[in-house]
Amino acid sequence: MKDTWSIFRRELASYFSHPIAYAIIIVFILVSMGLTFSFGRFMQVRDANLEWPFFFWHPWIYMLLAPAVGMRMWSDEQRNGTIELLGTFPLSPWSAIFGKFLAAATVWLVALGLTFPIWITANKLGDPDNLMIFAGYLGSFLVCCTFLAITMLVSAFTRDQVVCLIVSVAACVFMVLCSYDDIVRELTKVFSEEIVEPVVSVGVWDHYRSLMRGSFRLLDFVWFASFIIACLLGTSAVLSAKRA
Amino acid sequence: MIEVTNLTKQFGHKTAVDDLSFTVSKGEVLGFLGPNGAGKSTTMRVVTGFLPPTSGDVSVCGISMVRHPKKAKRKIGYLPESAPLYNDMSVHGFLGFCADMRGLSGAAKSAAVERVIETCFLQSVARQAIDTLSKGYRHRTCLAQSLIHDPEVLVLDEPTDGLDPNQKHEVRNLIQRLGREKVILFSTHILEEVDAACTRAVIVDQGRIVADGTPAELKAQSSDGTLQELFREVTTAETGGNGGGSGPDPGKEPEPSGDGPDDGQD
Repeated sequence: MKDTWSIFRRELASYFSHPIAYAIIIVFILVSMGLTFSFGRFMQVRDANLEWPFFFWHPWIYMLLAPAVGMRMWSDEQRNGTIELLGTFPLSPWSAIFGKFLAAATVWLVALGLTFPIWITANKLGDPDNLMIFAGYLGSFLVCCTFLAITMLVSAFTRDQVVCLIVSVAACVFMVLCSYDDIVRELTKVFSEEIVEPVVSVGVWDHYRSLMRGSFRLLDFVWFASFIIACLLGTSAVLSAKRA
Repeated sequence: MIEVTNLTKQFGHKTAVDDLSFTVSKGEVLGFLGPNGAGKSTTMRVVTGFLPPTSGDVSVCGISMVRHPKKAKRKIGYLPESAPLYNDMSVHGFLGFCADMRGLSGAAKSAAVERVIETCFLQSVARQAIDTLSKGYRHRTCLAQSLIHDPEVLVLDEPTDGLDPNQKHEVRNLIQRLGREKVILFSTHILEEVDAACTRAVIVDQGRIVADGTPAELKAQSSDGTLQELFREVTTAETGGNGGGSGPDPGKEPEPSGDGPDDGQD
């Protein structure tokens, strides 16, 4: 536990000693607000609901930006050889995996937290369901964590950050597109149900949408948690297989 | 003390370390010599627990690295080959982090950091960012990391590589000084270091030990009384070996046996 905390602190300090965390946070806020007030038509629809104007855009932003935060998690360690230091410190590999994952998730928590003015605005202008907004934030954060976990898994494979970025973005884009309604409709025209269904089940929309609408379904939490845990287990397996 | 028994490490079909056994006792500084690619770094990575062995065992102060890696790793300080560091940290911050990782905290942690900064002459750069350091300072910072928990066993992979002559001298003196109370295993391909710092040396070639002894014993084994000659005789399979007719057993024996597994590996 103490080891995880030390790794977490080091990683978090590392994010904020680089321009990367600031760049990501600023870009995320600008893009999410930009989309909310332009395509999201937040002001025009005269509804204090944040579901469509605000939360709808998050997976689209995360699929490109989350891997940019996570791409250095293990790639950097492998390239610099610092993995050899971590590997010879008396700590369990899980401390390092959790510490790194939590640090990257915290960067996104800060980014997401800094969009609070939209919540205040919604409350000033109307009477939104705050529990629903909270569920939206929670869902959004879980989608982001899922993408970070995928990025971490990919970063365990390669010492090249650019390769990690490209592959992780591709995986995240797939997870966003494959369950997006319009695309699912097109898919069902071409492929049979048996093929489409497993593909759609990998997507994030079903689970995110229900949280966006304010329903806390156990099913969704189980889905997010198992996806994240599977990726972290995979990371551990890849890292140890590389040494064997 | 370090006890390596029948250690073998394979990467796919390639055998990097082949049935290696040796021990290093307290107060001993063992020089690990060999040409590039002889398996020195791989052996050290297995000894420090970074790589699991394919077969065989490593025990550090009586604790098996295979069965109790966490416990055994506590006993070891390790300087990896390229002296890797977290470039975004300051020297002080990095050493503090390493102290955390070694389970030190509070006053013990700050005392340890101050101690290694002094031991490795890092006072002038302690607050500087690591990516602005020269190679010599980087090396010493990584060496300081290996000393932070005052380990009983030190494993140093080419500790003088890339240093200028003054720094090499300093590091060798440091190794000698530390060698009095600790167990030290260090690798090098610079033969003069054997005389300068080791109490004993082994020469490794193709993952096997081909010579073992004190510097004086090793010199006695070579045909012209120098380590260079012995090194050439026992390590260069294609050109050496035939000239070293007068060399005693440890030097001669591995030549034929070195060829055998080599064929098998390919």
